[in-house]
Amino acid sequence: MSESTFASFTPVLVRRHSIVVRVTHWLNVVCLTFLLMTGLQIFNAHPRLYVGSYGADADRPILEIGTRGGDDDLHGYLRVGGLTIPTTGMLGVSKRNGETVERGFPSWITFPGYTDLATGRRWHFFFAWFLLFNGLAYLGYGIFAGHFRRDLVLETDQLGLAHLRQQIADHARLHFPKGEEARRYNALQKIAYLAVIFVLLPLMIVTGVTMSPGADAAFPWLAGVLGGRQTARTIHFAAAFSIVGFVLIHLIAVLASGVLNNLRSMITGRYAIVPEKSA
Amino acid sequence: MKPSPKPAGISRRQLLTGAAAVAAAAPLGGCDSLADNEHIGDAVQRIEQTLSMRVQRLLIGRGALAREFEIKDLSPQFKVNGTDKPGGDDYQRLLDTGFSNWRLVVDGKVRNPLSLSIADLKSLPPRTQITRHDCVEGWSAIGQWTGVPLSRVIDLAGPTADARYVVFHCADQYEQASDGNGQYYESIDLVDAYHPQTILAYGMNGKDLTVGHGAPLRLRVERQLGYKHAKYVMRVEVVDSFARIGRGHGGFWPDRGYEWYAGI
Repeated sequence: MSESTFASFTPVLVRRHSIVVRVTHWLNVVCLTFLLMTGLQIFNAHPRLYVGSYGADADRPILEIGTRGGDDDLHGYLRVGGLTIPTTGMLGVSKRNGETVERGFPSWITFPGYTDLATGRRWHFFFAWFLLFNGLAYLGYGIFAGHFRRDLVLETDQLGLAHLRQQIADHARLHFPKGEEARRYNALQKIAYLAVIFVLLPLMIVTGVTMSPGADAAFPWLAGVLGGRQTARTIHFAAAFSIVGFVLIHLIAVLASGVLNNLRSMITGRYAIVPEKSA
Repeated sequence: MKPSPKPAGISRRQLLTGAAAVAAAAPLGGCDSLADNEHIGDAVQRIEQTLSMRVQRLLIGRGALAREFEIKDLSPQFKVNGTDKPGGDDYQRLLDTGFSNWRLVVDGKVRNPLSLSIADLKSLPPRTQITRHDCVEGWSAIGQWTGVPLSRVIDLAGPTADARYVVFHCADQYEQASDGNGQYYESIDLVDAYHPQTILAYGMNGKDLTVGHGAPLRLRVERQLGYKHAKYVMRVEVVDSFARIGRGHGGFWPDRGYEWYAGI
């Protein structure tokens, strides 16, 4: 699986990622990291999710991170619908500097690590703006420089059901396309990128804006379309964790398909393709 | 910590410098030292707040209304947040006498300072609206509010030409601050003060305002977050600047790091 297996075949360096893709990719890494960590800080201020226009302490949440028990016997839990999962140490109750604290998400994954909603919000909105500008630059490039058409649209041979089934089976065993096939993104890769670029990230921004009472006055139909402000907040949270899921899978794929080659291609743009014996 | 001499505007260069500083500093120190860095924190705050406020004002203009709901949409129980009852004998005495001795003082940059009883306020044409209250923490509650449009009260007092903001001084001390600045207050500019849904509410869900929700009078400024909706309003002061009030950021929570313009 490692590159040295193919040492006898001279790798060909191809231009993989354009400068715009590389720069916007790494800016996205910074933005999404801060947005997640500040977002969890904000969530901790009211660690409950609802469906509908309103939702507060007296209303029934669809998801809740909570704490029960006394001073010396604190237990954290995650409640989703009717299901209660003990999460002491991670959610509801966790350690900060050796001290047991009541906290939705633990200190190590929030920004700042201590409880500070004002700072969390400030940095969240700063990076939300940054993500928006970065995203618009990327979208403009994708459309006008042909990046979407050239690299992301599925080609005819990638659309067949049999092909997709084969791809899923290969991915599950961490087998990735090699040789000439590695010159383009594979079908699952394209689908994942398209879903993040055109569904999840726009959904994050739209649901985030919907939570703003100011923007609500400007676009009153938005909350209606999304099922109310609290539903928008719930979708915001679900979409955020979908992106976290994507990033985890993305990182596994990066590690399993040649981490140095992948990293080089996202930094210098050059990606090594090893010609196959029969090719 | 000296105040920034520059106006609140930002340039593209400042935006890029701020972003670059953040990106460069992130991997170096721990996250908390980054959050605590005064220069980076100030840059992040200034860029974010300026952008957020300007874009929102551009989008909603002066007149766009917050969404109004119907009776069937009301929250079964509207959460009491912040102060649930102001401390001290003064407020208790007002409460004991049914607020009959309470007067709203309207002063500052006005030609005709006022002192209004609840009956005076109720004699002015009322406005009733059912709106969603969005707390900075993330929860929402829908309530029905009845009160006097603030614009009416301000116009009765006659703002002078240099009037820019309206400050609401409250009866509650939300924090025993060591510098004596624990008194709750809030402020809005004239755009929001003259917005048709900005009212001084004396009624909620068809009844008089309860103590928990700010009796006898609270502000409703519907296009902003909950902490702007000052409860227990005792005095409305029209000013040209709020730099010398509290810690100078225009409100109890803005003094503690929250946005003065709380549209998101």
